[in-house]
Amino acid sequence: MIVWKFKGGIHPPTKKLAKDSKIERISLSKRFYLFLAQNSGNPPKLIVQAGSDVKTGQKIAEADGFVSVPLHSPVTGKIVEIKKEKHPVTGRPADLVVIERTGEDEWIKLDPVKPYTDYTPDEIKKRVVEAGIVGLGGATFPTHVKLAPSKKVDTVILNGAECEPYLTIDHRMMVEYADEICKGGVAIAKAIGATKILAGIEENKPDAIEAMKKAGTPMGIEIVVLPTKYPQGSEKHLIYAITKKQVPSGGLPMDVGVVVDNVSTARAIYRALEYGEPLIERGLTVTGEGIKTSKNVFARIGTPLSDLVNLASPIEDAQRVILGGPMTGVTVESLDIGISKGTSGITVLPAALVNKMTETNCIRCYRCVEACPTQLEPYLLYKMFKKKMFNEMKSDHLMDCIECGACAYVCPANIDHVKAFKTAKLVVRTLGRR
Amino acid sequence: MKLLTGPAPHIHDRISTRRIMLDVLIALTPAAVLSVLMWGWYMLLLEIGSMAFAEFLEFFVMRVFRKKKDFVPDLSASVTALLLVFNVPAGISWWTMTTGILVAIIIGKEIFGGIGNNPFNPALVGRLFMYISFPVAMITWPAVDLFHFWKPAYDMATTATPLGEAKLHGVVAASQLFHNLSWTSFLGIIPGSAGETSALLLIIGFLYLWWRKIVSYEIPVAYIGTTFVLSAIFWLANPSAYYDPLTSIMVGGLMLGALFMATDPVTSPVTPRGKWIFGIGAGVITVLIRYIGAYPEGVNFAIILMNALVPFINQFTKRRVFGTVKENV
Repeated sequence: MIVWKFKGGIHPPTKKLAKDSKIERISLSKRFYLFLAQNSGNPPKLIVQAGSDVKTGQKIAEADGFVSVPLHSPVTGKIVEIKKEKHPVTGRPADLVVIERTGEDEWIKLDPVKPYTDYTPDEIKKRVVEAGIVGLGGATFPTHVKLAPSKKVDTVILNGAECEPYLTIDHRMMVEYADEICKGGVAIAKAIGATKILAGIEENKPDAIEAMKKAGTPMGIEIVVLPTKYPQGSEKHLIYAITKKQVPSGGLPMDVGVVVDNVSTARAIYRALEYGEPLIERGLTVTGEGIKTSKNVFARIGTPLSDLVNLASPIEDAQRVILGGPMTGVTVESLDIGISKGTSGITVLPAALVNKMTETNCIRCYRCVEACPTQLEPYLLYKMFKKKMFNEMKSDHLMDCIECGACAYVCPANIDHVKAFKTAKLVVRTLGRR
Repeated sequence: MKLLTGPAPHIHDRISTRRIMLDVLIALTPAAVLSVLMWGWYMLLLEIGSMAFAEFLEFFVMRVFRKKKDFVPDLSASVTALLLVFNVPAGISWWTMTTGILVAIIIGKEIFGGIGNNPFNPALVGRLFMYISFPVAMITWPAVDLFHFWKPAYDMATTATPLGEAKLHGVVAASQLFHNLSWTSFLGIIPGSAGETSALLLIIGFLYLWWRKIVSYEIPVAYIGTTFVLSAIFWLANPSAYYDPLTSIMVGGLMLGALFMATDPVTSPVTPRGKWIFGIGAGVITVLIRYIGAYPEGVNFAIILMNALVPFINQFTKRRVFGTVKENV
């Protein structure tokens, strides 16, 4: 199969420190911290009060509108507090539910299940919403919305590229749960009436490729080996690599007849269908040079970062704790927050690695122009940003920026392009609304 | 554990502007060593002295006039100074050189706002100023005197350069003066500006930069290729009046200009297509000045002229943004 290489991109050291460590299930924490805003779109509406007792898997918040999913209690316990806290991703205050675990892990009675192949497309979609499934790659977009495309979709692509340095959870998922992932892929294809299922995996994960081939081939899933290049896992670039189709500027994958789901998401869908499990647990990588033992773990949503980081024994010099990987992840100010549905990893980096040199003048070295996978001119956009030329930025395709950080990674003048572009996008969106 | 926050990406490839400039200096070192071998201690003094003076000037301007308390030199002034020394005859007086550096750094660079903001290559601005202000000094070429380190360049016998001689007395006369010209100019044992003589050493330096991914090949290939093709046309039309194309690309300042001056990132286009246009344009102007204009060499003018067009070239050579194809196949 021909793989279409996208132009641009970078090759940061992949540093897949935990690629050989089996995903282990960690013991339950004492307290769990859950933001209601676990998904993009509308946060769900709380249906319990402070003081209520909840059981594992019990719904504690109801979806609010179509682009929203319910939230379930990850443990059996008591809701001790509902407060406003700064959300690490948006930086704004958001509703936070604190659950204290009491005694045994007692599951709520789950809905009756049947083999995953017996569901009708509508039943699949319903189950996916009810299970609170969102994109587990980090974008947290409600999955059922993707399963109801308004255009004809004939191809499902399972995203196992995992191009972000350090992160290995998708890699391990594919090695250890290839069968469940592939079954999830089959269910996705059934729900949207697609005929082709493919899985894209970067070539630096030979064991994952092998496991997926073994599990997927009998189900008619084609495994595509992709070159190792950042950001190969970007949805639009993955689609291009496999189909040569470019998702139109401002459009969605369904515009080219494709739906992309992360491999972990596919597994969650299978689990929801076959066992009726809501999404209360996810796999994630705890990694980075800031800790001694990088590992992959299954942790309940809401598990405090402090427990996960301490489990991996942080070093003295650890300085930056990042939700996600080092290219696109966000830093946290305190470890007293819980992991969310979108936390694909916790990367802990020492001071020596992240010390940022001061910003100097752009020398138009074109490194950013070469690195940009979307063929933008980051140096020029940044210059416009400095002059507050937001309309000009928009007409120079600012909104097509995928915020991958390749430009800032290579910039010899240490310019924070991504930070500027995120701000500019907000301004453009706000201006557009007026 | 004290947590610090910051924007993504949290890692960096650790290549800074200073590192890039250091690499350029490393790439220029072979040619600098050859110039010292050919013209002795005075050459070494010019090179080191000019770099030091240029760094001092930039430091002074940034700290005193622009009040940038945290300014740390990034070696770009040294690159400008070394390139300027490479572009003048070895026997130039120290005060002429000093004036040139002053103009290059202050007028060529700092008045526009320092590194990254200058529209023209500062070293070429300095050279153009010297060329016009000190016309005699700028065409007084000391003869090559290999391995006489203690003999000052300003005391050496003067001679002609291949391009100057060809302009004055024709190619036939020049060929009698310079035997095996394509070989000597490839190796660089030939009179000329201090750092421009050796095509071989300059190419080695350029390949180092290319390997370090600091420069791209488009501009040099377009520039040298265009010069080669146009020179070949002139030569084929009248072989007795023009150098053959291979010699044409080796003599004069073309190699230095195409490999190190035209590729200055600040004053050249950013997209591959723009770089091709830039290189081809510079090649055309160079050949026209050499063969039709009044000056024996046109690299300096060609690059400065193309520098002026860079904003327009950048404007018209934007790439197609991912996702804006008209039709998906």
